[in-house]
Amino acid sequence: MSYYTAQDHFVLVPAIMLALFGCAVFLFDFLIFPSPKQRKYLLFFLVLGLVFAGAGLWQQQSFLMSHGIPEITAFRGTLTVDSFALFFNWIFLAASFIVAIVSYRYLETENEHHGEYYGLILLANCGMFFLATGTDLITLFVGLELMALCFYIMVGFLRGDKRSNEAALKYLLLGAFSSGFLVYGFSVMYGLSGSTRLREVAISLATRGLWDPLVFLALATTAVGLLFKVSAVPFHMWAPDAYEGAPTPITAYLSVASKAASFAFLVRIFLGPLAASREIWEPLLSAVALATLTVGNLAALSQTNVKRLLAYSSISHAGFILLGLIAGNVTGITGVAVYMLVYTFMNLGAFIVLVALRRKNIIGDDMDDISGLMRKSPAHAVLMLIFLCSLAGIPPTAGFLGKYYIFLALVETQHYVLAVAAAVYTAVAVYYYFRIVRSMFVSETTDKLPVASSFGLRLALGVTGVMTLLIGIYPEPFLRLAQSTTSLVR
Amino acid sequence: MPEGYLAISIFAVCAMALPIVLLVAAKLVRPSAPASTKMEPYECGIPPVSDARGRYTVRFYIIAILFVIFDVETIFLFPWAVRFKQLGWFGVAEVAVFLAILIVGYIWAYKKGALEWV
Repeated sequence: MSYYTAQDHFVLVPAIMLALFGCAVFLFDFLIFPSPKQRKYLLFFLVLGLVFAGAGLWQQQSFLMSHGIPEITAFRGTLTVDSFALFFNWIFLAASFIVAIVSYRYLETENEHHGEYYGLILLANCGMFFLATGTDLITLFVGLELMALCFYIMVGFLRGDKRSNEAALKYLLLGAFSSGFLVYGFSVMYGLSGSTRLREVAISLATRGLWDPLVFLALATTAVGLLFKVSAVPFHMWAPDAYEGAPTPITAYLSVASKAASFAFLVRIFLGPLAASREIWEPLLSAVALATLTVGNLAALSQTNVKRLLAYSSISHAGFILLGLIAGNVTGITGVAVYMLVYTFMNLGAFIVLVALRRKNIIGDDMDDISGLMRKSPAHAVLMLIFLCSLAGIPPTAGFLGKYYIFLALVETQHYVLAVAAAVYTAVAVYYYFRIVRSMFVSETTDKLPVASSFGLRLALGVTGVMTLLIGIYPEPFLRLAQSTTSLVR
Repeated sequence: MPEGYLAISIFAVCAMALPIVLLVAAKLVRPSAPASTKMEPYECGIPPVSDARGRYTVRFYIIAILFVIFDVETIFLFPWAVRFKQLGWFGVAEVAVFLAILIVGYIWAYKKGALEWV
């Protein structure tokens, strides 16, 4: 019996690269590049790690396409590379890259520039790889913890800042609490099926009756843990505080990559082991999605801190993505994938504008700090307008496409009430996004300092802006990629 | 089965009753003459000076964390040692990778001064 075949290695290459470069960055930080001026080499190594991981992913993708097979499994079913895993892995790599290049300038301004930051981003990305690729309860859980532990540290990275410390502690306590729920659900699943492979768990849960109390226990506890991670109401309390206190690039990373990974995880669990109890979880998730949309949108209305506003808006976006899973047909899962892709670029973009507003002595996340941005820096203001239009779902931006697919899926599956509610909340969302727009274009500036700028910031803004418009105007290639993920639906 | 439990429950009741009876009987019989030396916890040796739940320096937490890491390491090494022959060179390579990752962390902690008592 062979423990480690060539195929196992082929599947694992991206994770190996991420972990290797992550460890290398930790060591190089004091062994080779000890001077603070040499931090840019660490950033370079991070990008190199992402490139190598991307090359591994690319090989897997072309292998799948050239052989016309739906998936490659490794380690006897512990890892499965399919289109779904690849799609989400591309999102993670893109998000890591964009977050890393905007962080350089931000951390310099905060005076908390340490090499570990880049290592942590790579290791978090490695955890996300296992969340999207894992098809085994243990692998998924270890991946989740690897990602979460890195995030706990990164959220509290501004050691001198009380808000950052508070955010990290809240996130740590609630995150550990929710992991407890999740792993309890997993233990029940294992107890019911005697296996940790998702496929075998799915088979043995399906053979039990729909109203088996133990299946319900597994469903309920797993769902609580997963919904915590995607910050769905009523398990969202950690999100606004963690988002507000964290360094802004990490807020962006948390709201995009961590959420995408958690959704990949959630979709795999709900369409895998829990697929048979759909009749039970569909009404539960519908209630959660409605509550998420309600709380996210209504709480965002009264926020005066832009970061906090975007935190609530990201809660409401989680509600939208859940609606795609509730619809559950091919259009719905395509909608989840498209929405996640679109959300990645538009949300990152909006946060990057906030990163650019962070200057010496100006925290830059208040509504007053963004006011009059049009006079000060028209490019930033117009880009922010594009991102906010996209977040609100106004065509021709990409956000419209994501919402379109979710609505289409809801109508196709006759979830008319949910569709109407989602449409109403879209209108509410326009109001608070355009409060920021009004502040940028109509109000006077409160400070004279120019907006921060660096090569990384400009590149990141360019990439996110172009992608937000490109996916909206020319969506075909992205849609084709997203539609390939629907092999999960049976 | 139940008859086996009967003997155990009689034994349990007796075991609980015996110290109570003995303590009560001793209390009734013995003379009461308290003295300060009698109240000390040890007949010979050094008397304790402070509360056992005293405060100690927070620096110990890093040592505790490092301890946990290497504790977990041994947990992984033991099963490998038991199955050493069956796993062969694959096991050696796997453990080498595992230890390499841990050593990276150890070097990092060492260089960051986690082991220095400042």
